[in-house]
Amino acid sequence: MSDAVFTESAYTGKLNEHKLMGTRCTSCGSLFLPPRPMCADCYDGSMEWVELPTTGTIEAFTSVFIGPTAMIEAGYDRKNPYCVGIVKLDEGPAISAQILGVDPTHPESINVGTKVKATFVERGDGEGQRTFLAFQADDA
Amino acid sequence: MTVRKLNRGVAIVGAGMSNFGAFPGKTTRDLFVEAFQGMRASVDKGLDPNDIEALYIGNFSSDVFESQGHTAAIMADWSGLTPRPATRVEDACASSGVALRDGILGIASGIYDMVLVGGIEKMTNLPTERVTDTLAIAGDMLYEIPVGFTFPGFYAAMATAYMNRYGATPETFMKVGLKNHNNGALNPTAQYGSTITQVMEKKIERAEAKGRPIPQWDDEMDFLHDSRANPIIAWPMRLYDCSPISDGAAAILLVAEDLASSFTDDPIIISGTGQASDRAMHDREDLTTLSAAALASQQAYAMAGVTPDDIKLAEVHDCFTIAEVIATEDIGFFPAGQGGKAAEEGRTARDGEKPINTSGGLKSKGHPVGASGAGQVVEIWKQMRGEAGERQVEGTLDLGLTHNVGAAGQTCVVHIFERK
Repeated sequence: MSDAVFTESAYTGKLNEHKLMGTRCTSCGSLFLPPRPMCADCYDGSMEWVELPTTGTIEAFTSVFIGPTAMIEAGYDRKNPYCVGIVKLDEGPAISAQILGVDPTHPESINVGTKVKATFVERGDGEGQRTFLAFQADDA
Repeated sequence: MTVRKLNRGVAIVGAGMSNFGAFPGKTTRDLFVEAFQGMRASVDKGLDPNDIEALYIGNFSSDVFESQGHTAAIMADWSGLTPRPATRVEDACASSGVALRDGILGIASGIYDMVLVGGIEKMTNLPTERVTDTLAIAGDMLYEIPVGFTFPGFYAAMATAYMNRYGATPETFMKVGLKNHNNGALNPTAQYGSTITQVMEKKIERAEAKGRPIPQWDDEMDFLHDSRANPIIAWPMRLYDCSPISDGAAAILLVAEDLASSFTDDPIIISGTGQASDRAMHDREDLTTLSAAALASQQAYAMAGVTPDDIKLAEVHDCFTIAEVIATEDIGFFPAGQGGKAAEEGRTARDGEKPINTSGGLKSKGHPVGASGAGQVVEIWKQMRGEAGERQVEGTLDLGLTHNVGAAGQTCVVHIFERK
């Protein structure tokens, strides 16, 4: 695949290599994560891949006790909830991801503003295996 | 902002709905027929359905919920309205709010004189986890849902951002749920038309009947803090912060304003409409507001030539209690960060200065997602005409508003209604 293809599958391919990549508009410099094929800000430039900072801050989060099928299959349930949130990368865009290293059973102990670092989680078996972006909270 | 006006006035001359609830054995078409009949009965001077020229039907996902696509033509057929054009409108939970707008535009353009707007959804055929998965497709299926977001999760995340910025607590949101159940208890069409006190009493009665230990709560807030009675769904949203899974339909009859007197001496005029879209939550500057709702409100206010101070009551999209708090700020009733406090102080109660969700809202009345926007209009129609029974708001209700949201604010549609 040409490296100038900015699709979800190309993004996932880079996550599989444990790289957090977005796109940057060569004209106005806007950054996009997840990557986009066209600049939604200026419409002008072509896109290029850019490796993004892997540190960021929790902007919003929740502890999910009733999850979707995919997370139930990953082993999460009412007794074993998970934390998902929106992380603003340092000098970069924000992205939705699971947040690790916090205690989802005590969500009142999790704080907006907590510093986190990107990590990569493997889920699924065989052909269905995929790498997901997640963030790890700093050891407090 | 350029102020846009309709080229021709549009009036509501009839509105009806099915009960909202769980109705095994009934499909969307059965519920729609009930709504249609209710609408027809509400037309003061009578309606010959043959005068209807087009249908706009809001429906999120009969495709998944009932394995039935292409639902608008079926609604036209079951209401005896073929061969009129019938268009399905899908904008997640804003589907029928947007269908209303499309119907308004159809009349304002001069193409039609009379349009039937509907909303339909039949959700209870599927088990809860499959309903959760189905609602999730209104989110971003590439970048939000696979990492673990759910709909309660999106709004719960807004709640954490709101609590962090404004010092609200989970109790702030619980009080919104309490208020909406108080309203819904007076609405015979509501799915969960009980106050929280009544819910507590029923649970105690059931425990007694089954010889189980009798649960004890000091008061309603104590009940809402009890994780057995009110489990966490996505913190800080608990069960009684979340709208239910519902079946239901609603129908609204629109005519050109100059024709309204043929149908009623008491029409409700559409004086403002606004609609906007937004990016995924992670691409927003501010997670404590739905900017599309604020923008849609500004458009509607500008068209109507009124301000938030002028509006007497509103039905807002309380799919989750935090959503109502944010909604009351986005429509300009309260400054940013004050909506939660206003709810806690009772200012949005039925007898407060700004009654919100007198129907019980989506929380208590029910949330058949594609029907909810049209259902809001039915409540405003009843209240403004003084036909809301026990829950009737006192005073002259000359201006009302509806605020209907798709997904986590990716679509927002706002309407302003006037009684002259």
